Amino acid sequence: MSAAPQHNPTMARMSLAERLAPHAPVLLIVGLMILGLIAIPSTSSWLTLTVSGLAMGMMIFIMASGLTLVFGLMDVINFGHGAFVSVGAFVGISLLLVLEQMTGAPALWLNLTAMMVAIVGAMAATGLMGWAFERVIVKPVYGHHLKQILVTMGGLIVVEQLIIVLWGPEEIFINRPEALKGAITFAGAALEKYRLVAVGIGIVVFLAMRWVLRRTKIGLIVRAGVENGEMVEALGYRLRLVFVGVFIAGSALAGLGGVLWGLYQEVITAQMGNHTMILIFIVVIIGGLGSVEGCFIGALLVGLMQNYVAFLEPKLALISNIGLMVAILMWRPMGMIPVVKAK
Amino acid sequence: MLTKILSGDMPRSTALAVVLIAILIGLAFAPFIFPGVRSVDTAARISIFIVLVASYDLMLGYGGIVSFAHTMFFGLGAYGVALASTHMGRGFDALLVGSVSGALIAALLALLIGLFSLRVRAIFFAMITLAVASAVAVLVSQLSGLTGGEDGLSYKIPRALGPAFKFADGELFGVRMDGKLLKYYLVFFSSLILFLVMLRIVHSPFGRVLLAIRENDFRAEAIGYRVVHYRVAATCISAAIAALAGALYAIWLRYVGPDTSLSMEIMIDILLMVVIGGMGTMYGAVIGATLFVLAQNYLQNLMDVAANAVTGVPILPDLLNADRWLLWLGVLFILSVYFFPTGIVGRLRQPR
Repeated sequence: MSAAPQHNPTMARMSLAERLAPHAPVLLIVGLMILGLIAIPSTSSWLTLTVSGLAMGMMIFIMASGLTLVFGLMDVINFGHGAFVSVGAFVGISLLLVLEQMTGAPALWLNLTAMMVAIVGAMAATGLMGWAFERVIVKPVYGHHLKQILVTMGGLIVVEQLIIVLWGPEEIFINRPEALKGAITFAGAALEKYRLVAVGIGIVVFLAMRWVLRRTKIGLIVRAGVENGEMVEALGYRLRLVFVGVFIAGSALAGLGGVLWGLYQEVITAQMGNHTMILIFIVVIIGGLGSVEGCFIGALLVGLMQNYVAFLEPKLALISNIGLMVAILMWRPMGMIPVVKAK
Repeated sequence: MLTKILSGDMPRSTALAVVLIAILIGLAFAPFIFPGVRSVDTAARISIFIVLVASYDLMLGYGGIVSFAHTMFFGLGAYGVALASTHMGRGFDALLVGSVSGALIAALLALLIGLFSLRVRAIFFAMITLAVASAVAVLVSQLSGLTGGEDGLSYKIPRALGPAFKFADGELFGVRMDGKLLKYYLVFFSSLILFLVMLRIVHSPFGRVLLAIRENDFRAEAIGYRVVHYRVAATCISAAIAALAGALYAIWLRYVGPDTSLSMEIMIDILLMVVIGGMGTMYGAVIGATLFVLAQNYLQNLMDVAANAVTGVPILPDLLNADRWLLWLGVLFILSVYFFPTGIVGRLRQPR
């Protein structure tokens, strides 16, 4: 009987670069912040810009997350996603205008209740609309990208025009709730209260979404569906129903994002959805289509970049995001966190 | 002879042939048949939009790529002519330099965008073009020193193309022989030539490969065609021709501004024209553009009448308001993508 051959494998120590590589997207945010700190002369204005960049990023994330999940799950690219942003903003802001007594009062809890009412109303409206949109516009063109792009774009035009019919063509100006006006001073930097609230809501939404996707059965089905839909169906789950659910949830989130964005800009127009779509697309592309984490990181990068550059060189703000997208696509052509599909 | 000019793509339907000939005659003799500033202006717009829409169809109907930057290419050509005419003074050399450099820049930009997005996924192209086009639109309105910002640029074109220039005395069928007539025919014949060139391109071996890619890109790649190369080439050609159409538009209007050459509305108009006329056939562009421009100019008046007729009924007047005509076009657009994806031309060519 011969002895087993000597076998003692040695693990080569991973180099620092190799260990950092999986976290590169997150490190990119930190890197961008440090770059900003170097480029921007005063620390206090850097802090202000960082907070507003994060707030903007969170809002874009809330709007974009639905789009990226819908794509990942069913390969449906919805160019009409911006319509939900507009409708959410209009419904939410209209509710806030109705509840003027509550938003005008200096009491924080009254203000927050009014905002909750507006947000819930907007999400219900856009969720319902998402269901109808999926039924009428998206369902007949499954599996056909070209038609999807055309038809959803048509849907966006129709919804935009309907908003003008219902609310009139003028832009609507809105005051933020009384307690969320103004800023607090922290370390010499003026931080707008509303932006801090937006950052808070964004983090809550992201964590909730992560929890649902990672810790619940439905999340498991969604993640499996993104990876290999056919297999999930073969195991007996009705992926179509799950997809409709995700579409509705994504639309509702876009509505929430619309309310937040409207209050952030303090003005809403029927075209706002179309305008935000541009940032949303940049975010989902650099994040990797279908990836929620990538979308989150991408949104923060875009938000920070936009705010830093707008401070340093205002005219370059939108171009800088295109530049960011080009740079990231050169580095990772499928986006920062590419979604691997089992074929 | 005719087959050769049309690159072998005969209308293959009597109704289609009649419509096409009617459009051709209408445009060729527009200043004589429909005298009047407005109708000649409409005819010139139709000629230019036929080229623009056909170039878009080269990308969408033949390449299977959706772009939202076509107005950007159109605008590049228009601003090329405008800037050249402003800085080089009036003259045909300025027009030539402006159009050629506009077309080159458009093709270069299309090459860059194409290389970045098409190598990964064709749908990336749609999103990236949307982002880039809006960035360019913002940039144009911000760089007001160069581009005139929101106000746009007005400039002078060669005297030979203006109403003050008379190349012959007297009148022909009641039409004055002035530079305006020359300008119309410059636009008309340039459009006709560009259109025939595109017809030639789509019926060349190159066009056949594009069709194969549209039908099944995986298979085309397997047969041995580099799909990315073909798609990028189609994009570049399409962008260059769109820029030339923009240059013609700039010559015709003697004005460029963000609203006339860069806005998202024009992009939506182009999409509608392609889909309504019929994707994947050049003749679809002719019919789509003609119908659409006519509707745009004359149907809006009709909607006004309809809106006045129903005053008093809630919401209806708002829905029928002439400013809301995009709403109805949007509905029409969705319905036509569903129910007749081959458009008017496809319907006419269908064997009964």
